[in-house]
Amino acid sequence: MSYQLDFSFLAERWPDFVAGAWLTIQLTVVSIALGLAVGTVCALTRVYGGALLKRVVGVYVELIRNTPLLIQIFIVYFGLSSLGLKLSAEVSAVIALVVNMGAYTTEIMRAGIQSIQRTQLEAADCLGLTRLQTILHIVLLPAMERVYPALSSQFVLLMLASSITSTISTEELTATANLVQSDTYRSFEVYIVVALVYLGLSALYRCAFWLIGLVLFSRKRKLGTAL
Amino acid sequence: MPADEAIVRIEGVVKEFGPLRVLDGVGFQVARGQVAAIVGRSGSGKSTLLRCIAGLETVQDGTITVCGHEVGRAGSAARAQLRRDVGIVFQSYNLFPHLTVERNITLALTLVKKQSREEAKTRAAEVLALVGLTDKLSAYPEQLSGGQQQRVAIARSLALSPQVMLFDEVTSALDPELTAEVLAVMEDLARRGMTMITVTHEMGFARKVADLVVFMHKGKVWESGPTAELFGDPKTAEFNQFVASEL
Amino acid sequence: MIKLNANHILYLLQAAEWTVLLSLIAFAGGSVVGLMLALLRVSKVGFMRALASGYIQIVQGTPLLIVLFLSYFGLGILGYKLDPLVAAGLSFTIYAGAFLGEIWRGCIEAVPRTQWEASDCLGLNRFQQYVYVILPQAVRLAIPPMVGFMVQIVKNTSLASVIGFVELARTGQIVNNSTTFEPFAIFAVVAAIYFALCYPLSVAARALERKAHAGR
Repeated sequence: MSYQLDFSFLAERWPDFVAGAWLTIQLTVVSIALGLAVGTVCALTRVYGGALLKRVVGVYVELIRNTPLLIQIFIVYFGLSSLGLKLSAEVSAVIALVVNMGAYTTEIMRAGIQSIQRTQLEAADCLGLTRLQTILHIVLLPAMERVYPALSSQFVLLMLASSITSTISTEELTATANLVQSDTYRSFEVYIVVALVYLGLSALYRCAFWLIGLVLFSRKRKLGTAL
Repeated sequence: MPADEAIVRIEGVVKEFGPLRVLDGVGFQVARGQVAAIVGRSGSGKSTLLRCIAGLETVQDGTITVCGHEVGRAGSAARAQLRRDVGIVFQSYNLFPHLTVERNITLALTLVKKQSREEAKTRAAEVLALVGLTDKLSAYPEQLSGGQQQRVAIARSLALSPQVMLFDEVTSALDPELTAEVLAVMEDLARRGMTMITVTHEMGFARKVADLVVFMHKGKVWESGPTAELFGDPKTAEFNQFVASEL
Repeated sequence: MIKLNANHILYLLQAAEWTVLLSLIAFAGGSVVGLMLALLRVSKVGFMRALASGYIQIVQGTPLLIVLFLSYFGLGILGYKLDPLVAAGLSFTIYAGAFLGEIWRGCIEAVPRTQWEASDCLGLNRFQQYVYVILPQAVRLAIPPMVGFMVQIVKNTSLASVIGFVELARTGQIVNNSTTFEPFAIFAVVAAIYFALCYPLSVAARALERKAHAGR
């Protein structure tokens, strides 16, 4: 094999990668936060809501989970703009990621919410808590605690999936790579670099979610049980 | 007993689960400061009755009045009133596992009674002292024994200063030793003049503490009256058998 | 301007065949790699376990899109003609292998320890234990999550469009760019075809899951 790997482009282009990674982080943090909110509300609806709303959420979840994120991104970006709603690539990306994330989070949170025993709700009722207070103070945190490993895996998957938004040229990490490789013709090396950055981001996210878990579920920390 | 003294009045209550009639025209009254023990075999409908009094089940017929308000009437105002008047303690404690003992108690004080955190904490300390668990303030439920958890549950209800306390087989899940500490707390409460309705298997406790015993059988009040009278001179064969089997 | 018509839909349906083909390649290739990884992961040799675990960590920590680019350009460096089907097949084998490997490892570990001990007591060697006792039981456990993962594979084949593999998503783009400019309708049709492929698998996975739970 005569090919020589050449990473010299890094000397000049590293700020591009940093900027791309930073946009990836921004996009995904916003999408995770909003997606979690959407998913939680949908999951609550799915467990406690009326028959019609339950069905609506069910259809939403099935539609999203059985179609590719790529197509969802296209529908938001090209589709909505053809209907007269002009959105920037970043906003489109966030909308698509939130809609996507929301569906997966719904299923995960639903499992958590269903694991909260009826007796807990009854006890809260007997103390005079309203339904909303019960959900906020009694249901949500323990529900999330039970499915936290699945949730954080899903968050990392979303971060990786955000690379797909490069197809509508949001200038995140993957789009940056596409740009740099077309300038330098060092395609393989560029994607090696970016793969390493994504690996680093995955580790960073896992670490961050672990820390957030420690803070959120301080009881577990106190009792010394594993998250 | 004059009717105006009755703090809990139950008349002709019927409760059905599908085709099953669990309560079949139940009625009795409890006066302020009285301790009533509802006894009977499992399946006699006694726990269901207690849940009806707490407003956790709706009744098909009859009326339940607590502190002059009818239970089970629609409207959240009526329900909120009931929650202020009645505290309930369950067999399975039902503490909130993710909250400390203190927060379990202060939660409803801050959310429902709109007390400040400080007020609520003071109240928590008071009621924990009553049940003898001052040192467990910052513990989590799973760090406590069953008996301690049940005492926290009692303190949690007590903190809201209810007019009536309901106890639903609160010692059934406990070892004899732990049962004793919970019963001691309840006895103390009775001495302080708390109106209590307790569904129990503890005949010793019923004899010693209850003013009034209600024996339920097949969804009906089979026999009821002042404790000494009832145990001294059982009128029905069923109660006789029941007392004998519980010894 | 050409309106979206039945021909386009027929065209898209034909493209879906490539989506199915790539999915099958991914599943077949992934199964081979995954089985090896799973066996390495439960190996008694620490180095083997670390090797497999490292592979899985790397693949699961990298976007599939980047794996596709690396395969595509990597094969080019190695002197192969840049064929999107080969690059996509390789990428999906790498990707599906990591996930299937994890699924199977979980299932192998879910077979009760006593089964190992019992077969050990009967004098079976490790290979025989796997073939006659452990794997048959693990496979039963593995079927529901495998079917569920098939949904992920079908959806993710859409990413092969990015390296120029003409399957359903790419065809959708082509139809959109070259003919009609009705992106909403076109991508809705594309989404509907994906849904038609994936939903039965999702339903099957759930049904199998329920059956497996009921059986225990």
